[in-house]
Amino acid sequence: MTRPTGIPPLRRVRIVRVTVLPEERVDAEVRTDRPWVTIVWNDPINLMDYVTHVFMTHFGYSKEKATALMLEVHNDGRSTVSAGDRESMERDVAAMHSYGLWATLAKDS
Amino acid sequence: MARGFFRSRRGVVLALEPMEVAVLRTAIADLAQLVGPAQQEDADPLAALVGIDEAVERPEDPALARLFPDAYTDDDEAAAEFRRYTDRRLRSLRSERAERCLETLSEVEKGRVTLAQEDEQAFLTVLNDLRLILGTRLEITEDDTDPETIVAQDDPRRPLADLYIWITWLQSALLHALAS
Repeated sequence: MTRPTGIPPLRRVRIVRVTVLPEERVDAEVRTDRPWVTIVWNDPINLMDYVTHVFMTHFGYSKEKATALMLEVHNDGRSTVSAGDRESMERDVAAMHSYGLWATLAKDS
Repeated sequence: MARGFFRSRRGVVLALEPMEVAVLRTAIADLAQLVGPAQQEDADPLAALVGIDEAVERPEDPALARLFPDAYTDDDEAAAEFRRYTDRRLRSLRSERAERCLETLSEVEKGRVTLAQEDEQAFLTVLNDLRLILGTRLEITEDDTDPETIVAQDDPRRPLADLYIWITWLQSALLHALAS
């Protein structure tokens, strides 16, 4: 059993990052330790609502975030939808392919 | 009247005319046949067992190439490697989803069937696979193409365009039902 411990003095705790929210796997621009990215490309067939639905379902993104990424794909022709190590990105790309989205992975530049 | 997909208190319902059920079943059976794992007689059985295909290549059929695209744009070797490791699993996944939809369609009674939760994703992705295949066959290359206008009424591909339009309507109805 675990005994409740006293609260440690704050100065002894090195707070690196404080969040109790589930971690969202994106922000390739910010996370420089994630050298690979998954890119989704625009295509003329997939419905916009469907693409948003896939981003929400697979990545667990909020509707707002998923919609923003979908619009980026639609307007700019591509969007970086996730970042991480190569193996995770291959998994994301395979998942995108299983949904019928046109996705590739690349080294983050 | 056919209503496609809609949400009821018991879940998402699919309501179709008998003729529509028949059309959808045929289309999905064709999809299952098209995406089913390629049989290779000389394939290494152990590699096949763990889902690796040594000889798999980028499909020549543009519709299949759209369903199984390259994962790398600038590295042919990595793209081929990715394909060896994912192709079989992706093909089985696609045909399992199609089989699941066919099974659910066989349960349509009095023109309707209530979907189990796993059916919702299966129908959503199977309808999408069908739209990708039909759209590629119809050579849709521009955003917001109106399929009514790209194929003339007397064009031999007209039935394909009509099917594409109908399946697009079905998928939109399902997305709407899932969001409501």
